[in-house]
Amino acid sequence: MSATTEANDLGHLVRDHGIVVCTGSGGVGKTTTAAVIALEGARAGRRTVVVTIDPAKRLADALGLEGLTNTPSRIEGDWPGELWALMLDTKGTFDDLVLKHATEPGQAERILTNRFYRNISGALSGTQEYMAMEKLYELHEEHDFDLVVVDTPPTRNALDFLDAPRRLTRFLDHRLYRIVMAPTRGIVKAVGVATQAFLRTVSRVVGGDVVADAITFFQAFDGMEQGFKDRAQRVLELLTNPTTAFVLVTAPRPDVVSEATYFAERLAEGGIGIRALIVNRLHPRFTDRPAAELRAMASSTIDTALAGQLENLADFAALADTEEHHLEGLTARVAPAPVVRVPFLAHDVHDLDGLATVGTWLFTTGS
Amino acid sequence: MGKTTVTAALARAAALTGRTVLIVEIEGKSGLSEMFGQPELTYDEAVLARGGGPDGAADVTARTLTPDDALLDYLADHGLNRVSRRLVSSGALDMVATAAPGIKDILILGKVKQIEVSGRFDLVVVDAPAAGHAISFLRSAAGLLDAVAVGPINTQATEVLAMLSDPTRCQVLLVTLPEETPVNELVQTAYALEEDIGVSLGPVVVNGVYPQVEGLDTDPTLGVSSDGPPLDLQLLEALGHAAAFRQERSAIQATQLQRLADLLPLPQIQLPYLFTTDIGPQEIDHLAREFLGQLPQLPALDEAAP
Repeated sequence: MSATTEANDLGHLVRDHGIVVCTGSGGVGKTTTAAVIALEGARAGRRTVVVTIDPAKRLADALGLEGLTNTPSRIEGDWPGELWALMLDTKGTFDDLVLKHATEPGQAERILTNRFYRNISGALSGTQEYMAMEKLYELHEEHDFDLVVVDTPPTRNALDFLDAPRRLTRFLDHRLYRIVMAPTRGIVKAVGVATQAFLRTVSRVVGGDVVADAITFFQAFDGMEQGFKDRAQRVLELLTNPTTAFVLVTAPRPDVVSEATYFAERLAEGGIGIRALIVNRLHPRFTDRPAAELRAMASSTIDTALAGQLENLADFAALADTEEHHLEGLTARVAPAPVVRVPFLAHDVHDLDGLATVGTWLFTTGS
Repeated sequence: MGKTTVTAALARAAALTGRTVLIVEIEGKSGLSEMFGQPELTYDEAVLARGGGPDGAADVTARTLTPDDALLDYLADHGLNRVSRRLVSSGALDMVATAAPGIKDILILGKVKQIEVSGRFDLVVVDAPAAGHAISFLRSAAGLLDAVAVGPINTQATEVLAMLSDPTRCQVLLVTLPEETPVNELVQTAYALEEDIGVSLGPVVVNGVYPQVEGLDTDPTLGVSSDGPPLDLQLLEALGHAAAFRQERSAIQATQLQRLADLLPLPQIQLPYLFTTDIGPQEIDHLAREFLGQLPQLPALDEAAP
């Protein structure tokens, strides 16, 4: 197979960084790529942990991940470093944060049992992204890992994780919060006529219980928000630190390439450079002959075995052209970051051998 | 999975049979309008493909539907116009959505139901969220019925649930690829949708199936005739590699299609792999006709959510 590889040594990623963040659209092999990079970290002698989000079941099994966990489990293998893995438990991570920042045990208890909190920790958009970053921070700062590789949730806007900590703090700054926390007894007295109408409208739409839950939550949360904000700030600083490498993972389809281009631009705006672009699921190029020439040859050999084969070759030649065409702008956009092309794999990756095979496309060492 | 491509093809297929179609895009930036060579969609309806022609086709119309806009409509419809702007602009929707998860989904589904009931279109096709989120999206009605016992949201949820559980009004088309992981996900999603929500499942659409090519397993030199084109060794080698690759992929696909059929007793519609990543009006038309070819008659669908 003649898939070309411009650069197949991303060894610097695992040698020179403390954190590798894999970003990209859903369905482009991000989780697998994160696992491949982590395996290479262990092979390079580093104490490595990979944080995965929603891995395919067989890959999860191969990594010894039987369910959501908040603590990494170790994968034994023949490598000089260590390989650990965990599957992100969003709610559990959030619970830990609450416990960490609570000023007294009763406060944590009141929050953890609040229905509004349970909804936030499970459903507020961006919570999963935020918790992925929080877990990364915790593993890096508090657990003495040399290398933390993190997969990001498959959101449409894969950069939500950069905004997520800010989004939560913005949420906590919300006017409703300030209203209910006003230093008076009871809401009605504290709020103006307009706000009463506002609260009444919310109550009419969703029911009074829901509003009461929200108010109880904000009252319970009082005093903790600064701790959350400070921590969110430190997470952001860590993400923009040069020892954190962002790897953009994509596939050669126009929709995901345009999303990837958008991520690259957004990251650049945030002062974050892409350290590598990995293109998965690239079809092989079997010939340099133009598709049109092959089709012309096929039409002159009609009704023979050769015709079908020429048509087939023409199909793949045309496909390789369009795939390459889609990637042009993106590869220029991420320059000078190396671009690695990983061909379409015949089988899904669901064991360590499979990860090692993909690794041969990314790393020249250790294979 | 090519969910949006299949949405476009299904809509065009229905239009080719003379049915008026509205596509509802709820996630934004799906690339749907580009597939028809049209500018980005807005909240206002726009025609993506004009009808007429030899088929007597109907128009394909499309619009977006965001929770914020749906909330404004909803509040206006319920006489709450006065505070509605402020409710949206203050970010209160996020707050409300957190307090009662599923509220954004029910606002969207409620609006879809309103369009469906109006009877302005023969078919409404919703480009629904992908796998994991699809379940919570469609489950929102049942979930809110538990959480909100009375009031307009309860009414809304009841009516949406009635639409979702009536197979003559709504069916869900699941889209997948003939590959291992997508097939596993699809089977999981299918059972979750049927058992938890009670929606009726239409045929499974398998996107990207390699079309059959004759003669891939024979010696290409058999086709060489003295007056034919010259074949050098390099070309012969490339032919062999390309043929082997396609056969290998086709075999994997066949295995996965069989596995899907074994795991899920639903009819399959297999759409061909197009060997291009550029989907335009021509490709959509091609897929639409494949759709029709495999679906002798479009069942009496009022709405379908791929």
